[in-house]
Amino acid sequence: MTAPIEVTGSEAEAQPDAVLKGVDRKAIQGRSLGQIAWMRLKRDKIAISSAVFLVVLIIVSLPGVTGLITGLVGGSPNKFNMPLVDATLGGPIGKLGGMSLDHPFGVEPINGRDLFSRILYGARVSLLIGVLATLVSVVIGTVLGIVAGFFGGWVDTLIARTMDVFLAFPLVLFAISLVGVIPSGFAGLEGNGLRIAILVFIIGFFNWPYIGRIVRGQTMSLREREFVDASRSMGAKPGYILFREILPNLYAPILVYATLLIPTNILFEAALSFLGVGINPPDPSWGGMLSQATELYSVAPHFVIVPGLAIFVTVLAFNLFGDGLRDALDPRTR
Amino acid sequence: MKSPKVVTSAAAAAVALSLGLSACGGSDDSGDGGGSAKFDAGSTAVVNASDKKGGVLKYAQPDDFDSLDPANMYYAYALNFSRVYSRGLMTYASKPGTAGAEIVPDLAEAKGVVGEGGKTVTYTLKQGVKYEDGSQIKAADVKYAVARTFDRGVLRNGPSYFTQLLDADGYKGPFKDKNLDNFKGVDTPDERTVVFKLKKPFSEFDQVVGFAGQTNPLPQAKDKGERYGLHPFSSGPYKFEGDYQPKKGGVLVRNEHWDQATDPNRKQLPDRIEIQSALKAEEIDNRLISGSVHVDLPGSGVQAAARQQILTQPKLKDSADNPLAGFHWYLPINTEVIPNVECRKAIVWATDRSALFRAYGGEVGGEPATSIQPPTVAGREKGTDFYTKADANYTGDPAKAKEALAACGQPNGFSTKMVFRSDRPKEKLAAEAMKQALERVGIKIELAGYPSGTYTNEQFGSPAWTKKEKVGLGTYGWAPDWSTGYGYLQPITDQDAIVDTGNSNTSVLKDAEVNKKWDEVVSIQDPAARAKIYNEIDQRVREQAAIIPNVYAKSLLFRPSTLANVYLHAGFGMYNYATLGVTG
Repeated sequence: MTAPIEVTGSEAEAQPDAVLKGVDRKAIQGRSLGQIAWMRLKRDKIAISSAVFLVVLIIVSLPGVTGLITGLVGGSPNKFNMPLVDATLGGPIGKLGGMSLDHPFGVEPINGRDLFSRILYGARVSLLIGVLATLVSVVIGTVLGIVAGFFGGWVDTLIARTMDVFLAFPLVLFAISLVGVIPSGFAGLEGNGLRIAILVFIIGFFNWPYIGRIVRGQTMSLREREFVDASRSMGAKPGYILFREILPNLYAPILVYATLLIPTNILFEAALSFLGVGINPPDPSWGGMLSQATELYSVAPHFVIVPGLAIFVTVLAFNLFGDGLRDALDPRTR
Repeated sequence: MKSPKVVTSAAAAAVALSLGLSACGGSDDSGDGGGSAKFDAGSTAVVNASDKKGGVLKYAQPDDFDSLDPANMYYAYALNFSRVYSRGLMTYASKPGTAGAEIVPDLAEAKGVVGEGGKTVTYTLKQGVKYEDGSQIKAADVKYAVARTFDRGVLRNGPSYFTQLLDADGYKGPFKDKNLDNFKGVDTPDERTVVFKLKKPFSEFDQVVGFAGQTNPLPQAKDKGERYGLHPFSSGPYKFEGDYQPKKGGVLVRNEHWDQATDPNRKQLPDRIEIQSALKAEEIDNRLISGSVHVDLPGSGVQAAARQQILTQPKLKDSADNPLAGFHWYLPINTEVIPNVECRKAIVWATDRSALFRAYGGEVGGEPATSIQPPTVAGREKGTDFYTKADANYTGDPAKAKEALAACGQPNGFSTKMVFRSDRPKEKLAAEAMKQALERVGIKIELAGYPSGTYTNEQFGSPAWTKKEKVGLGTYGWAPDWSTGYGYLQPITDQDAIVDTGNSNTSVLKDAEVNKKWDEVVSIQDPAARAKIYNEIDQRVREQAAIIPNVYAKSLLFRPSTLANVYLHAGFGMYNYATLGVTG
């Protein structure tokens, strides 16, 4: 039970002491739920630093910005720098995988491409797929979950069983075969645009039951509440009740779950790239880099560590921010 | 005819080795301790030669054999290992250097005698050859062995040459049709004579017989169909002790009914041979280096971690060999998608051979290629470079590429697509190198990776798909079933070899001159005259810029100091398993 947040009795009952302590007596006045949540979130230093990291990451992976930064340091992500790697063993020349001011993360073995640029460009792919796939899951999961939970009966049975089918689906195998079958031009998309669309579809479309189940459960408990009864007794139609009465009460859990789903999807994209069904080279992706690194880890350990850390830090930041957000929106789950 | 699975190979120089001179005379300890060999010594000569008997020879493999039934296997290492317990009419000579690629008599007294204008080939069995139970090997057993290869439902893995070549249409195999008289493809006029009846002349029939184990005799009563592979009936120097356990392993012991006097190609040195299967590849490398495993069965080389360790430690490096593995990792240009030869020339001129060379592992990973046939192919000539240079430092010639583009009528370049196997990092690197190099002259390449499970069948191996998707380039590699120009070049250049799926002629080459030469060559009986034609075909294909030569693959093999009689076998592209011994 995470929603809705009901403020009953005195205001102090709903707020931790920490919130009250720094507040001037005079300032106590009506605050919206959003304001309260924001106040709590601001005090969570871990969540805020995660959010800052994520915002910076999103800014640097915007199309114009990435080029600007790599223009200053690193250079083109696809440029070969043959003199920087050893011809026989393939490892970068110099310490720490060839790290230098020009190449702060070192260079890739065999062809000497700059790792810093490739990590930045790879961030765009990871974020794009992670966020878009989450969006797809959230939209499908919310709509179907709310419908199943509200109407119950055979509608619920149908949707719930469909969820079970989707959850039992061998997703990775499906992804591998789908990439092999779909032609290179499809629905007006081609090349990596198409690959990204396929990945978003696969990851998003098959993950909706997770969010769908949560929404369904919440809806089931909400529809028995007094305010829904009240609305119904005043003659409101189901559509109105669903989207005006129930949905607003679901925003908090949906938002929290979405922030926690993004890192899962980023990892899934990395896993698919690792298996060779991610985006096409030479465009970099973190999972693809890791996959290539497994063969070369002995000559260039940094080639595993750098993209591995990038995935780790990003996923961690999303998770910590998601946790902080949940705590802020619903302190009772703390 | 396709079998990218099978690796065959050879080394450069030939060093004579006397085999089979020390028959069962007890223990003559030659006392060669070994350890003095240098890096790559085993690629051209016998390392740690010894006739010391006894000891346990230990093999390990990360996966498992496709089968132990000699007629139902296609992996080169399985074919190599089958010689330890099974004999056929012909086999590869057990010699280091290119001499090992030669097919010589095994159970047969001599090479096949061609009759009826090339439509029959006759072999006579040696006298005194026996199975593990002491019974005589008979011609009818060879006929039965060949007959069973006609049932592709039971023997799925092996080659299918006999069904293509022999005049026995409609025969379903002895599992469905128990009466062997209904099989007309082989005649046995007496107990020692085997006559093969061909649909049309085929000049390399000895090679078809010798490269695989599909003529290895088997009495009809001993056959258990698919289960036969768990405990093959031995005719070689070793026999199975109990059943082989898939994914676990098995043990072989001496076969006392095998006679060294009838067999110059094998030795019977260790007391026992142990196979351990389904071990982690990295674990096998560690055990090889520590000496507790003698041979890495697949023979395709050590993993990246051990490779680094071996190459940077001189002592370990001296115990390693770096032979050619039989593969040529070349890049086909699809002649159907890019029909203009000048456009194809532009691609070849612009190719950065240096970047490709490094993508495939530098000097330890390969050797820059000139001809399409690797040096391991019998009678192969190096040839001359066309529109490129076989040089590890050659980065291409953009100026010449521009000229070719102008001649092609596309002075500003064109766009095409290149595919590669996405689960092979080397091929991904090669594809990226091609994109970089070709974009220098305005040829735009879109890269697309596909899983190797479907790549050679449904994507690059499907001419309809490559045409529809406009795939002009791809990564590819080829190793022949047997080491002649026919085995190497015919499947990848002959128009007749083009098939709808699983196509090996990935250039989709339909060249009248090449086709004519293939039609003529099958009825020429002189191997040297055939080799000359193969070299002409090789040159013609490169002149047509249908294939960009890249690198001849090299593997890094490790031989523990206790392993005796080690040398690279040209026919299999790995150590010869039929003669190994242990000294430790």
